[in-house]
Amino acid sequence: METSRRNFLKAGGACLLGLTIWPAVKGFAGNSTEYITSSKALTGEKWGLVIDMKKCWPKYQEGCRECFLACQRAHNIPDVTNKEEEIKWIWTEPYENAFPEQEHEYIAASIKGKPFIVLCNHCENPPCVRVCPTKATFKRRDGIVMMDYHRCIGCRYCMAACPYGARSFNFSDPRPFIKEVNPEFPTREKGVVEKCNFCAERIDTGLPPACVEACPAGALVFGDLDDPNSEVRKILASRYTIQRKPELGTHPCIYYLV
Amino acid sequence: MLVKALTGSKKYWGWTIFLLVLIATGFACYLWQLQKGLTITGMSRDVSWGLYISQFTFLVGVAASAVMVVLPYYLHNVKAFGRITILGEFLAIAALIMCLLFVIVDVGKPMRILNMIFYPTPNSMFFWDMIALNGYLLLNIIAGWHALEAEYKAVPPPAWTKILVYISIPWAVSIHTVTAFLYAGLPGRHYWLTAIMAARFLASAFASGPALLIILSYIIKRVSKFDPGREAIQKLAAIVTYATIISVFFVGLEFFTAFYSQVPAHGLDTLKYLFAGLDGHGKLVPWMWTFAILAVLALVLLINPRTRTRDTYLQAACVAVFVSMWIEKGIGLVIGGFIPNPFERVTEYVPTLPETLIALGVWATGFLILTFLYKIAIAVKEETV
Amino acid sequence: MNDSRYIITGLIVFIVLVTFPFWANAGKAAPAPAPSLDTPAIQQLPEKQCVEATAYMRTDHMKLLDEWRTQVVREGKRIYVASNGKEYEMSLEKTCLECHSSKAQFCDQCHNYLDVQPDCWTCHIEPKENK
Repeated sequence: METSRRNFLKAGGACLLGLTIWPAVKGFAGNSTEYITSSKALTGEKWGLVIDMKKCWPKYQEGCRECFLACQRAHNIPDVTNKEEEIKWIWTEPYENAFPEQEHEYIAASIKGKPFIVLCNHCENPPCVRVCPTKATFKRRDGIVMMDYHRCIGCRYCMAACPYGARSFNFSDPRPFIKEVNPEFPTREKGVVEKCNFCAERIDTGLPPACVEACPAGALVFGDLDDPNSEVRKILASRYTIQRKPELGTHPCIYYLV
Repeated sequence: MLVKALTGSKKYWGWTIFLLVLIATGFACYLWQLQKGLTITGMSRDVSWGLYISQFTFLVGVAASAVMVVLPYYLHNVKAFGRITILGEFLAIAALIMCLLFVIVDVGKPMRILNMIFYPTPNSMFFWDMIALNGYLLLNIIAGWHALEAEYKAVPPPAWTKILVYISIPWAVSIHTVTAFLYAGLPGRHYWLTAIMAARFLASAFASGPALLIILSYIIKRVSKFDPGREAIQKLAAIVTYATIISVFFVGLEFFTAFYSQVPAHGLDTLKYLFAGLDGHGKLVPWMWTFAILAVLALVLLINPRTRTRDTYLQAACVAVFVSMWIEKGIGLVIGGFIPNPFERVTEYVPTLPETLIALGVWATGFLILTFLYKIAIAVKEETV
Repeated sequence: MNDSRYIITGLIVFIVLVTFPFWANAGKAAPAPAPSLDTPAIQQLPEKQCVEATAYMRTDHMKLLDEWRTQVVREGKRIYVASNGKEYEMSLEKTCLECHSSKAQFCDQCHNYLDVQPDCWTCHIEPKENK
């Protein structure tokens, strides 16, 4: 039989392909195990947060940072010294910076320059999810915009897409910057993006987000925006609230009372 | 044919060694970056893309510009370009390899880059860019190589390669369109959120790419026995002229919309930052004015037929076009888009030394590939002339 | 065939290089690992069994962990119903390491022997060794 080098290579390539697919074929044969959500898990369709800054400010001025600290402890957030490489999940920004399009010259003194708590908005229409090339950032069924740190390639497209500056990149290994490690929650590693996960790990086990639980002033109200009887919906129905940059069509799930 | 890249003059080897040294330096810096993370670069949480992605963006344009020699030759039978289509295609190959390398050096987890294939995500523009760039690379490698091989054997190229060439024409447009879409679809990045982004990208690409090709043609003419031909160069010069005019016109359009409407959300603050400085920050101002001056100078030299047809003036004009477009797209556009940040603050960006060396290493890799490919092409052409 | 000298020399060099790992390590077989199951948590178990049968865990623990990861991170499902009907929380830290509290014994020994380097511990926190 005559066979050219080209034909030999073709046959070899086909064999190689077969070998590559074989494990996947085998993988279909599984056993009778199951994965279920915990019976304690909080159930919601669209988690949201209403932040009442008037309740926060008196305590904030006394130096209360309980929400930040609770988040930091729960998620092993590094305290990176270089400001330009900071990792931030929840922090404050002055009114003018958090709501640049709402700001005007004669803004009431009671608001001007006041700190506003900012975090990931868990947008209903999140641009970060739209741009992620690996689905490392995705939307859970309960509305949480979640990250899979195992999958993130660190392209930082999501950081360019997020109009809220809610995303941070691990420019270096975060571990040396973590003061007190919580062994129950993984740290991140250098080269991946991270952000607030709305405490998905707590919601799945029946607990509200750590920042909400930690606030001594009750300034953070957490609940299901799809449930008309939830506390968040009651507040939204009765009082005037604002969102950050609603004109961008992202439909943020974080609301502010001013 | 490959063996033709292995014989050459002392100058050829000197140039090769020079590039290899740059590559080695860049690679050493890259190993350091792998070890330490992107903290060794000047990028920050606010300016999260820097030199790497901006070079990538610029080079996609250079790659796309190959179509400016292929299209007239294959669709309009412009015979003068027959001698240099291969130069355009090989330039595209080198540029695309640089693009892919720039993406690899930019990502935080390069060993996971195949996740883009394992978890294909069609709603991400990156996914389409990956397909567009790799497809275009493949098309150019196959079509270019077969065309050269046919020339070497003095036979017409196989008919099926012509189909690939026809596919490559719209494909070239697609690579830069998709690359523009990476930017143009992001809410909250006002400077990028413009419908003419893809048009701007294509215009500046068709200016800078053929300008580089003209410069390369003059170099080839000087160092080898192959002459790309005066007619081809002059035809390219006309293309560069039109594309530069359109490019500058498009930048003007952005200025008009921003400054006449006075709407901050139309890139007003970024343009102020780039050309005048914002809140006391203005590191890019000298660069952007260099762009403006070089662009005007290039236009003067190109539009005037007496200077355009003189070799030295044309060379100067092409250098001016290339450098000005590089500044506009390769620096101002990408970095400017991040300034001001979502909190309306200005964080400036300056690349660090290792970052610059890595970028230089990637450029050197591209030029080494280009040198080898051109060496082979020229050797073949010298034999057949 | 006037280049045969070079070709044959080249081939020999190639074969020597390719087979380097074999002859360089010949006769130096590393002893097979024998991880000790002797952790306090395991000692207290009424029935010394992992979430699945030992044989399955030995060969397929990586696939199990991979699936656990996907279910927890992406699906929000945190409970694993094992083939014997028992329920476990799918957590490396809270479930696996509870019993397998010695990383050196349960992870490193075999992984080193087989020269595989899973990157779990760059993010997940190693248990404090209690010997």
